[in-house]
Amino acid sequence: MLTKRWPDHDRGGYVLLGVLAVLAVVVPVANLAIPDGSPLHLSTFMVTLLGKYLCYALLALALDLVWGYVGILSLGHGAFFALGGYAMGMYLMRQIGARGVYGNADLPDFMVFLNWDTLPWYWHGFDTFWFALAMVVLVPGLLAFVFGWLAFRSRVAGVYLSIITQALTYALMLAFFRNEMGFGGNNGLTDFKELLGFDLQSDKTRVALFLTSTAALALGYLACRYVVTSRLGRVVAAIRDAEDRVRFVGFRTHHFKVWVFTLSAVLCGIAGALYVPQVGIINPNEFQPLNSIELVVWVAVGGRGTLYGAALGAAVVNYAKSTFTALLPEVWLFVLGTLFVLVTIALPRGLVGIAARFKRSQHA
Amino acid sequence: MEHRVRRILSVAALLSMWMLTTAAAALAGEEEFTQAISAIATASSYSEKDAAATAIAASANPRAETVLGAMLKGELYTRNSDSRVVTVTDAADGFAVLDATTGEDLGTASTSDVSRVTVNNALRTSLRGLLATLKLHHTDPKQRVAAIREVGESGDLEMRQTLTDLLATEQDSDVRGAIDTAVATLNLDSTEPAERLAAIERVGGVVNGLTRTKMSALAANESVDEETRTAARRALIDIERRVAVYDVVQTAFFGLSLGSILVLAAIGLSVTFGIMGVINMAHGELMMLGAYTTYVVQQLMPNALGASLFVAMPAAFLVAGLVGVAIERGIVRRLYGRPLETLLATFGVSLVLQQAVRTIFSPLNRSVVTPAWLSGSIELTPGLDITLNRLYILLFSLLVFGALLLVLKRTRLGLEMRAVTQNRAMAAAMGIRTDRVDMLTFGLGAGIAGLAGVALSQVTNVGPNLGQAYIVDSFMVVVFGGVGNLWGTLVSGLSLGVASKLIEPAAGAVMAKIFVLVFLIVFIQKRPRGLFPQKGRAAEA
Repeated sequence: MLTKRWPDHDRGGYVLLGVLAVLAVVVPVANLAIPDGSPLHLSTFMVTLLGKYLCYALLALALDLVWGYVGILSLGHGAFFALGGYAMGMYLMRQIGARGVYGNADLPDFMVFLNWDTLPWYWHGFDTFWFALAMVVLVPGLLAFVFGWLAFRSRVAGVYLSIITQALTYALMLAFFRNEMGFGGNNGLTDFKELLGFDLQSDKTRVALFLTSTAALALGYLACRYVVTSRLGRVVAAIRDAEDRVRFVGFRTHHFKVWVFTLSAVLCGIAGALYVPQVGIINPNEFQPLNSIELVVWVAVGGRGTLYGAALGAAVVNYAKSTFTALLPEVWLFVLGTLFVLVTIALPRGLVGIAARFKRSQHA
Repeated sequence: MEHRVRRILSVAALLSMWMLTTAAAALAGEEEFTQAISAIATASSYSEKDAAATAIAASANPRAETVLGAMLKGELYTRNSDSRVVTVTDAADGFAVLDATTGEDLGTASTSDVSRVTVNNALRTSLRGLLATLKLHHTDPKQRVAAIREVGESGDLEMRQTLTDLLATEQDSDVRGAIDTAVATLNLDSTEPAERLAAIERVGGVVNGLTRTKMSALAANESVDEETRTAARRALIDIERRVAVYDVVQTAFFGLSLGSILVLAAIGLSVTFGIMGVINMAHGELMMLGAYTTYVVQQLMPNALGASLFVAMPAAFLVAGLVGVAIERGIVRRLYGRPLETLLATFGVSLVLQQAVRTIFSPLNRSVVTPAWLSGSIELTPGLDITLNRLYILLFSLLVFGALLLVLKRTRLGLEMRAVTQNRAMAAAMGIRTDRVDMLTFGLGAGIAGLAGVALSQVTNVGPNLGQAYIVDSFMVVVFGGVGNLWGTLVSGLSLGVASKLIEPAAGAVMAKIFVLVFLIVFIQKRPRGLFPQKGRAAEA
């Protein structure tokens, strides 16, 4: 399956890219060109919601890269997402300038509230967009690199790795909840006004953010596809299936794992950075271990180890979540919990697996 | 002042006499009491009221304290219709009225039916003195000690004589000791150098805030003679050294107590995760079930709260154990050998259990009552208290640990469990029904989680999120101690508890937790198999 770089039978991938292309055309037209009263009009709320799903899909894609192809079940990928989000949030915070409640041009509102006089050193530079973008990539990437380097070199694997990734995101959550950290404590960062001078509330900015998310997901998919079909991808899949053998053959397996883990974290960071301006807030709850585990379910529901399946799973589960929490908020956790159980026991290959089975039975 | 002291002394003398008299005299006391009460109703001046109050105290009637207390708080009234003296408390419509003399319930009255027995500041002062004297003669030695301590800390030098007089009749050695200490504490303010010096010697070793302040004041006071100041300084150093020691003991105890909670939470996990190799993310929710079982048991037997915990323990063990068996039969069994999938599926179970509890019991925290025998604290020495519930939880976790160890090492089930862990195929070949052993092992781990829930219900809020708060911690404890090693779990739980309490004063509770987590993340890199890794064949399984 992994022999050709652009295999003709990557039908799922083509479908995903096709859907994204269609969305990229239809959504802006339906929102901006079709007038408000028309039944074909798409509200800005829906545009943002779709944009959110795309960010989740990118996040799921990133997890599938490490879980589906390297066999690392990370229960802390939400941390990289949140870090990317915080980097973007810090930039957006600086853009508020003197328009905050306290009208202080040098300090964000929450720092004024805490009686701080000066900006902490780690906030410097975040008033330039390019610096913030670099941080979106560098902070999660660096953390993943250091963490992965330590963990994979000492051959921490399987369940142990899952648990310490969970500890990582838990520790970060506790840290970000502290006001003294200088990231807004409980409330996080919010009340954003504009991005690169464009008003965040305007329809056009929303559509532009949606298009950027679409492009990010498409490029993210292509990048992951490229990685898993490359020579490195083959080594990585071999590591997943029998790490010891690969090691005996002479590969330094931890180098490969660190590389893919870091790439995955960077993708998460980008997803977080696109997510924050669309939802308008980032707070420490994004670090909750539960979020990271939910993310695993998206991938499992969609179908692990297929990339496009992860994106599908993220969209399906989140659509279900939006629907249920609106209609029957009590039931959502029952549904999610049952989904965990059913997917792992009955659908080890997820929705993609059902489709494949269906197709096979048709051929027969 | 002079006058007041004399009167208090006379009351004290009367009381002492009364304690030695017979029933006939008590009857006379009864009469005096009734008379004094009616004197309050007729009193026209504050001094008459003062005299009546003194007579009430001197009558040594058991209700004297209530009446004087009510008078002090302005809850003593006379009824306009028959000028009967009554005590009142606020009720929905006006006042609830009790007869002052007998305590008989006279129903309710509107505010216009009664008029307050007014008191002024001088009267209040003397009432306080009378009440203190009454308490000094309380029949319960513990109450006497408390009253004596209060007098000792009042800084009222005039009371020294009262206290010394008590020695004449006091038999209880604890109370006598308390009197000595109280007199000495008062003497710290004395102007007589010799008395002061003796007092410093006497209370030098008593660690409390008051003696500490007094000592440092004496040590810094220029107008006091050099000898006293040196003694005070020495006593101060001694007190501070003791306080430092007590702090360490206190921290160690808090650490052990936190550690014992961690051990309780982790020990069931150590069975399912350590022995079976199954990641049970629903472990926290099984603890939550145990805590809720305690709540339900208490609701079912509201009249026997003290005993309810002993019913709750087996009940929680059964409830959590049965749910555990169901999880094993329904889910875990189908996923053996796929640890990551087990992790996800059991996490799903945990969500369902949380939501179920939320639906049944509401999302709010439920209050579980702490039985009387579990609340309060014991004072090892002045300045060093140990809270009872934490002490009992420490003992309980050691007990559970010991029991589990016995089950594993001394019973047939334990033997079979260990056999299955070491070599499943071989165990099956020898005739052990491995699937039954799996089920029972999982049930045992789950049941212990239920027991942990009973203990947790005594120290934290019982709510749907109870389990989540402990799940990360308990995995850390198991991993730190070394998977499959019960002793490792015990050592790691206790040491993590003590470590976080040691860091806490310097860095705060949250930072302490973060430090511990980061430490563990780094530790796993160095020793991926924990503190006490398994050796031999079992390690490869």
